[in-house]
Amino acid sequence: MFDLASIYEAKSVSAAIRALEDDPSAVVIAGGTDVLIKVREGRLAGRRLISIHGLAELEGIALTPAGDVEIGPLATFRQVAESPVIEKTVPVLGEAVDQAGGPQLRAQGTIGGNVCNGITSADSASTLLALDARLRVRGPRGEREIPMAEWYRGAGKVNLAPYELLVKIVIPRENYEGYFGHYIKYAARNAMDIATLGVSCMVKLSGDRTAVEDVSLAFGVAGPVPLRVYGAEAAVRGLPVAEAADQIGPAALEEVSPRTSWRATKEFRIQLVRELSGRALREAARKGGAVL
Amino acid sequence: MIQVWNAVVNGQPVELGIDPRESLADVLRERLGLTSVKKGCEVGECGACTVLVDGTAVDSCIYLALWARGKQILTVEGLQEPDGALSPIQKAFVEEAAVQCGFCTPGIILSAVEIVGSGRTYTRDELRKLISGHLCRCTGYQNILNAVERAVHEAHKFVGGEETQE
Repeated sequence: MFDLASIYEAKSVSAAIRALEDDPSAVVIAGGTDVLIKVREGRLAGRRLISIHGLAELEGIALTPAGDVEIGPLATFRQVAESPVIEKTVPVLGEAVDQAGGPQLRAQGTIGGNVCNGITSADSASTLLALDARLRVRGPRGEREIPMAEWYRGAGKVNLAPYELLVKIVIPRENYEGYFGHYIKYAARNAMDIATLGVSCMVKLSGDRTAVEDVSLAFGVAGPVPLRVYGAEAAVRGLPVAEAADQIGPAALEEVSPRTSWRATKEFRIQLVRELSGRALREAARKGGAVL
Repeated sequence: MIQVWNAVVNGQPVELGIDPRESLADVLRERLGLTSVKKGCEVGECGACTVLVDGTAVDSCIYLALWARGKQILTVEGLQEPDGALSPIQKAFVEEAAVQCGFCTPGIILSAVEIVGSGRTYTRDELRKLISGHLCRCTGYQNILNAVERAVHEAHKFVGGEETQE
């Protein structure tokens, strides 16, 4: 049995928000794959939980008439990976979340939890950042939309008030249409491991598929929170694909700040940034039809 | 804080009182005596506690029992035939000598039930990925993979009707 004060099962989003207003110190639980482990470790022991598990209004993955991709935060990694909508619009996101944990965890953990826990190694985070997804959150006074670029506030901290809930992850059509993406997770094992470094690259090619018309590059574990390297992106925009791939890694080094942990040293992570950035760009461009 | 809990466990409707702070593994093991559900790491890494909830393999140690209310739950106890015979998937594990200490076996068999139930075939690499959420402390992975491969192959042969063509 878990060491908890209580568990409140919210029957709707509005009920969950009311419960959070009444008790801002309560912990929201969705898939449970992070929260229950922290409870067991003691970090969240004795707390009151508000469960949003199974709330239909927070589930589902759909394409709006305007072509935006809308992901319910309770969509599991497995549902994202198997979604025909994701495969058609942002296959890189499905590929990224398919590398988290193992099959059972992917059937339990949610994409909303992955971005709300603010963890730098989150496998969905770098791709959502590269896509500049928008996070729609709801509180007692209504909804607001936050671009991924303004989401992270520090290790484990996100732009979410204690009484707010993430209700939708939106990938605007203009952010994915014409782009091809690739995610590389570097870890010691192929399964059941946390990324030593994660890199996600989105590329839009020129009409003749020889040059990089637009590019975005985002990392997990290259700093305390997932981060974009805007300077490196600007430095290679317009270059032929091979040149861009050669230059983006060294350019990205100016903007990352990895540290040493028991998983890997700072120096090794810097080497991974230098090496994997270009590989991710090259592979994304290849998916887009560039001949390399 | 005992709450009434209903579910269909191994085909049988069950109603009992649970504490909402219990994991599904707690309820299955302690209240229903289904000890094929093993507690290994208790943090969702080893897969020994795997059960099927509405046909999907989950780690029951990090799944609150109250979330399973009204759902279909399958443990290895539910695979047994009425006369006590093993299911074809269990037999495949025996045939391939895929069992050493046996601690990881019930969980992997349930993942195999989900895999076989999909009705499609898989490459060995695909199967490797599909059982990657299980750790075998005896490290007998090759025989386990052989057993899952055999179970998928035999089920497909049957479903595909290849036997009747021969």
